[in-house]
Amino acid sequence: MRPTTTPEGTRRVQRLWLTGAEKTLLSIPTSFSPPSSLLPPPTSPNGSGLPAARSPLGSHLDLFCDINPMGDSTSPSDGPAEPRRKSKKPKYSRFTQQELPACKPLLTPMIVVTTFALIGIIFIPIGLASLSASEQVVEIVYQYDVDCIPEQSQNDKVAFIQSSVTNKTCTRTLTVPRHMDGPVHIYYELDNFYQNHRRYVKSRSDKQLRSKASEKVTTNCAPEATTSDGSVIVPCGLIAWSLFNDTYSFAIDSKTIEVNKKNIAWQSDKEHKFGNDVYPKNFQMGGLIGGAKLNASIPLSEQEDLIVWMRTAALPKFRKLYGRIETDLDANEQITVTIQNNYNTYSFEGKKKLVLSTTSWIGGKNDFLGTAYLTVGSLCLFLAMAFIVLYLLKPRTLGDPSYLSWNRNPDGHY
Amino acid sequence: MAPGRRRHERLRWSKLYTFSCLRPTVVTDDELPHPLQGPGYSRLVHCNQPGLHQKKPLNYCTNHISTTKYNIITFLPKAIFEQFRRVANVYFLLTASLSLTPVTPFSAVSMIAPLAFVVGLSMAKEAMEDWNRFVQDMKVNSRKVSVHNGEGRFGYKHWQEIRVGDVVRVEKDQFFPADLLLLSSSYEDGICYVETMNLDGETNLKVKRSLEVTLPLDGDASFRHFASTIRCEDPNPNLYTFVGNFECEKKVYALDPGQILLRDSKLRNTTYVYGVAIFTGHDSKVMQNATESPSKRSRIEKKMDNIIYVLFTFLILISLISSIGYGVLTKFGMPHWWYLQPSATSYVYDASKPVLSGFYHLLTALILYGYLIPISLYVSIEVVKVLQATFINQDIHMRDEDTGNPAQARTSNLNEELGQVDTILSDKTGTLTCNQMDFLRCSIAGVPYGVGSSEVEIAAVKQIASEVSGTIEQHSSTQDFWEDSGDGFGSPECELEVGIARMVGKPHRPTTKGFSFEDDRLIHGNWAKEPNAGTILVFLRVLALCHTAIAEPNEKTGGFTYEAESPDEAAFLVAAREFGFEFCKRTQSSVFIRERYSPSEDPVEREFKVLNILEFNSKRKRMSVILRDEAGQIILLCKGADRFDLAPKEASFFFFFFFFPPHEPNSIILDRLSKNGRTYEIETIKHLNEYGEAGLRTLALAYRVLDESEYSAWNTEFLKAKTTIGHHREAELERVSDTIERDLILVGATAVEDKLQKGVPQCIDKLAQAGLKIWVLTGDKMETAINIGFACSLLRQGMKQICLSVDSSNILSLNKEKAAKENTLMQITDAHEMVKLEKDPNAAFALIIDGKTLTYALEDDLKNQFLSLAVNCASVICCRVSPKQKALVTRLVKEGTGKTTLAIGDGANDVGMIQEADIGVGISGVEGMQAVMASDFSISQFRFLERLLVVHGHWCYKRIAQMICYFFYKNIAFGLTIFYFEAYTGFSGQSVYDDWYMLLFNVVLTSLPVISLGVFEQDVSSEVCLQFPALYQQGPRNLFFDWYRIFGWMGNGLYSSIAIYFLSIQIFYNQAFRADGQTADMAAVGTSMFTCIVWTVNLQIVLTMSHFTWIQHLFVWGSIATWYLFLIAYGMFSPVISGNAYRILSEALGPAPIYWAATLLATLSCNSPYLVYIAFQRALNPLDHHVIQEIKHYRKDVEDQHMWKRERSKARQRTKIGFTARVDAKIRQLKRKLQKKVSSLSIQTQS
Repeated sequence: MRPTTTPEGTRRVQRLWLTGAEKTLLSIPTSFSPPSSLLPPPTSPNGSGLPAARSPLGSHLDLFCDINPMGDSTSPSDGPAEPRRKSKKPKYSRFTQQELPACKPLLTPMIVVTTFALIGIIFIPIGLASLSASEQVVEIVYQYDVDCIPEQSQNDKVAFIQSSVTNKTCTRTLTVPRHMDGPVHIYYELDNFYQNHRRYVKSRSDKQLRSKASEKVTTNCAPEATTSDGSVIVPCGLIAWSLFNDTYSFAIDSKTIEVNKKNIAWQSDKEHKFGNDVYPKNFQMGGLIGGAKLNASIPLSEQEDLIVWMRTAALPKFRKLYGRIETDLDANEQITVTIQNNYNTYSFEGKKKLVLSTTSWIGGKNDFLGTAYLTVGSLCLFLAMAFIVLYLLKPRTLGDPSYLSWNRNPDGHY
Repeated sequence: MAPGRRRHERLRWSKLYTFSCLRPTVVTDDELPHPLQGPGYSRLVHCNQPGLHQKKPLNYCTNHISTTKYNIITFLPKAIFEQFRRVANVYFLLTASLSLTPVTPFSAVSMIAPLAFVVGLSMAKEAMEDWNRFVQDMKVNSRKVSVHNGEGRFGYKHWQEIRVGDVVRVEKDQFFPADLLLLSSSYEDGICYVETMNLDGETNLKVKRSLEVTLPLDGDASFRHFASTIRCEDPNPNLYTFVGNFECEKKVYALDPGQILLRDSKLRNTTYVYGVAIFTGHDSKVMQNATESPSKRSRIEKKMDNIIYVLFTFLILISLISSIGYGVLTKFGMPHWWYLQPSATSYVYDASKPVLSGFYHLLTALILYGYLIPISLYVSIEVVKVLQATFINQDIHMRDEDTGNPAQARTSNLNEELGQVDTILSDKTGTLTCNQMDFLRCSIAGVPYGVGSSEVEIAAVKQIASEVSGTIEQHSSTQDFWEDSGDGFGSPECELEVGIARMVGKPHRPTTKGFSFEDDRLIHGNWAKEPNAGTILVFLRVLALCHTAIAEPNEKTGGFTYEAESPDEAAFLVAAREFGFEFCKRTQSSVFIRERYSPSEDPVEREFKVLNILEFNSKRKRMSVILRDEAGQIILLCKGADRFDLAPKEASFFFFFFFFPPHEPNSIILDRLSKNGRTYEIETIKHLNEYGEAGLRTLALAYRVLDESEYSAWNTEFLKAKTTIGHHREAELERVSDTIERDLILVGATAVEDKLQKGVPQCIDKLAQAGLKIWVLTGDKMETAINIGFACSLLRQGMKQICLSVDSSNILSLNKEKAAKENTLMQITDAHEMVKLEKDPNAAFALIIDGKTLTYALEDDLKNQFLSLAVNCASVICCRVSPKQKALVTRLVKEGTGKTTLAIGDGANDVGMIQEADIGVGISGVEGMQAVMASDFSISQFRFLERLLVVHGHWCYKRIAQMICYFFYKNIAFGLTIFYFEAYTGFSGQSVYDDWYMLLFNVVLTSLPVISLGVFEQDVSSEVCLQFPALYQQGPRNLFFDWYRIFGWMGNGLYSSIAIYFLSIQIFYNQAFRADGQTADMAAVGTSMFTCIVWTVNLQIVLTMSHFTWIQHLFVWGSIATWYLFLIAYGMFSPVISGNAYRILSEALGPAPIYWAATLLATLSCNSPYLVYIAFQRALNPLDHHVIQEIKHYRKDVEDQHMWKRERSKARQRTKIGFTARVDAKIRQLKRKLQKKVSSLSIQTQS
């Protein structure tokens, strides 16, 4: 039965098909799918099917996103909705229709390789620079906690250090290994000292340190909040109470070297955190004596040792700035160090070290940063190479439809 | 009320109708009053005396309904309880309360504020949703109905004020406010028509009739002195049973379901009825059927709980490690740490009681490592889901153009579940079909008329067009394919041309509702010029006369509107009117039609006396009228179902396994034809088959001229049968009717399209291609359901149909139930065998089962066998199922297969299954709102389901899955650094970060990017989602939220935490970190470490996302910028607030190159493994969306449209349903033919 076949309809169908064919003729097929189950393999309509010509790395760098306003260029019919008659209809907006112009970067092999290569290329110089900076730093580390105990007290170091009558002065000579440009920073290094213990960290009163008005605010300071008769301790708390009290003095050829103890704390700490009207009060007057005593006539803002100490360290092994030697130290110079070994690290078997160090732009001696940069950088370069090899061995044309799941396993695809 | 207005309708239907309206005049044995005793039958209703029901024990519940979860008083306790059913919230509550004690490592505010925010937000959402339910209830409760106020006067009252015993008057097209006992109606014999679509989904009208004794109560005034009592069963959910007695003037009458008007059904075709309320409010049957809407949670969310348990275990583990470490260090180390003054410690640090301190520290650690469990996860997910739901609501493509109804996500909990659906269970009427019949084609005297295509055909033709044109391109013949194939191939291509011509060629002319017939040979009176004009005349008269409808003049148009029992009858009448045979009046004894033979003539009004109406019922499947025309001739006009008789050649394709019980004849009309009535039989059968294949509902029309004597002899017998007493009456009537419906003369056949909703076949096809299985559950008859199955391409020729049906009336065994069950089992086993033995991979099976059989099949011992049979079938249709069964089937599929199910329906009868399924979708826009109210999503048309699932579901699934994975990643990456640091602080519970950093981490610094991932991410655009339905399968296969992926992300988090921590610690070791010689304190190390984390997690999300709008850019880069801005701002606060973070960036870290170097190093080393992973995956094992992204990116789809088209068609799941499958089958068939032809040709040439 063939009722009323309109010629118009037939024409229409032909046109549809012809348009398809025209387009096929115009475009150069870049890839062919495996023959479909139903139909013979396609041959190029113009008889000269050019071979697929895209390099496995992608033909160009796709770092720049194409802004495709409608999300899909193949559906021109999907433009902004024409005005509707229903007033109930909300206005079309790209936002509510989730059609905002978007950048859809694609992880092409080119980008992968470039990224890793770029990381490598940037990291290796940084690593080398850091290593050389670290190399420039000259560091003298001298551990004196055992050395400075006299032979006879070695068995009971704690008693020695706690005794008020023993002579704790200890003089040693250090050799400068390389020329050290001034300023040379003097640090003390403690080990096994949990300055980051929660009980310790909390045991301070920032308010009290800052202004005289808040002198009585000693909320977290127990047990070093008040003396036994109830008067307030300034500065209160365990941190201040356990202030480091070893002292060092230096001499070269019996000529004393000036140790500059100014500006070892952060400027802001001195100006804003520690008040210049706050003076030590009842400090180290209680039953237990902790560390150093403070000069009650100097305001806290000028007690830089305290300020440095109050910046609790992150790790149980830490260095703190003691002072600076502003002059250069020449290689092989013999420095005589006189240490007042007062601080008790013996109870908890902590080490004490004296450190003299110059700095560079990365700070003190720090080979780790450079090494890490070099490692990561070279790893990334290696990855870049590995990916190049991978892409050469297993090339995949981007957008190759044969990788679609239904082409890979036509039976049980998903 | 004007009593005279409806006079013309006051017909005594019992005279016209033969069966259902007939009232037995004598009370038979089985209609004696029920012996109502014992429990379950205690209800006593004093009709018209509602006052008696105001105090106990007769104080039944009012008609007020409430479906809300909370009220004002219970809201707080209940909602809070709901909130703390989430394990994580309990944990956070615990930590928040512990934060008030000294064990806390953080300040109390930083613990309580987020919790209050999270819980508050969720509760606000609950409150909003409940408020909406309340408003909906109020709407229903305040509907008005006319109620007897006493003294014979009626006044309007709100529904909620109706009490048991009230007499109400319900007008046409109103819903019944409560379960009523019908007292009388506008018809003299007290019948009324009821539409129960909301209850059982059936659209054909049901007749209810009142008791004889209440018939006189037909006016408002007559209720002045009316009083009686009803004793009946207690409220129960059985819709189809009712047991009760009506006591009036000392006499007792039995009541049956035939007198009960159920709440939420609707009065049709009847001007008004009077009824007395028996069950009100929550006692009514429909409310009793309502189950409490279960709170549903998506699979992903359930899995997320498991992840949280995993993390909890992990949290407890590291807390234990931490507290043991602490205990040991406290016992052995603490006494030596003089700087902590161990002698003066509190209980938390007591060195002498390390176990106790360890225990306290356990609490501290549980709080400290709480960052492993992201508190903001829940709130972020809520926010994301609400935004996703907004997008669903706003989607213009899911908005019904006619009604303006948008799609609505009613609960936002299940957005991502939409992306994982495996099985769709669909209602039929109102969901797939619009319940509107269109007269589309007919075959008269063996000539087919009507060129209009059904929607199915149009869609199928489109499909073939694309398929065939693909074929041609592949053949790449430069010849014009169409020219040489026109005669070579034959049918499909020319059909194709016709189809396309029809589709695109003609502008659609405005059509009459119910009439899509297009053929100039018949309309405008042209039929008179056809060769078989006489037969056509008879045909048209059958259409116009053989029915039970009523014509009502329509004042607006001047024409008539027809109120028929079934929509196809109305379609016939409309068709007849269009052809010039307008049915205009029905009186007690006659039918009047206006006949017009040509447009120029004036119509002639003819009167046909109706002698008998032999009514349609499901057993007879035919109806006849016996008329006396103006010439005095007696004619019998008959129309009957003729769907299932098939020509022998088709039988091999159309395999019936167990279609009808064997005693049933396959053919209704054709068996009854006289010898000379078979002139057109062959052609008509052919056309019937064609129509059937096109998914149309067919009826065969026939007539017979009766002798006067023959008729009167028969009529005597018929009258005798009518007055038979007892239950033989029906059978007797049938037998007698059967004797006259013989020796018919076939005139033709009609094809009516049960109008599918717009786009349904396409949508089903697409969903099938996306790998979804579709089950149809309908309350309709099997024939109707099968018709629709064909119409939506769920069934097709060549499919092997397995029909399971048990007719227990044929079973002569004593134990009917048992025998029926055994029969069912046998059928299932047989069918199973058959499916197993099938060799052809292209064979498809369809399972059709009726409600009664389903009852047995759903029993515990059979259900697994039934399910395994059903999942092997391409399509499953369950007919005649009750709402309860719908829910049971849904549960069976849900629990039996363990996959996600989606139920879609529009009526109250679908509520059960909507609630039972993992996702319930309601069709809005039709009158009843119950389905929508119970649903999780509502759409206005079935076709929007495709976009809802394939686009929104797919997106939401991926978004949520990636978002949750990322969430765990970032919190592990962050939380574990805190743990590592503990080991360096003697496990004392000190955090390296400032409290503020930690508070901001989840709330400000990482929240917006992850929300933008959850809201805006698109792997491919919506067009591509629709073009490649196979992409949807990523959801049901759960590619993005399996344990590998989750643990992968967790591993990534673990790696990042280790890398960040140890790199930072090593870089800021003990040496100076700046040229000025300062060493790093805890604040510097912490801030630097935190900077690395902020960068790492934000870059990670950049690598995760594939879709960047300005919003993503703003959020990601903005988050990183915010961190620095925060540091600057925080550093400017007084040191009392900022502590050691005072000026940390501007003074300490900013000028130090090492700080920036550390950030760069840590960030890139943390992200590169993921980059390696995704680069590897893309290079070796790209997922579908990767390839498609590439194709789109290089515009290959534009350059090589051929490939794009090919892939699109390949991306379809190999389906066995939908017209794609139909087309495939056709192509196979054609190829076979072609091969035969070619081989025969070659043989010829050889010879």
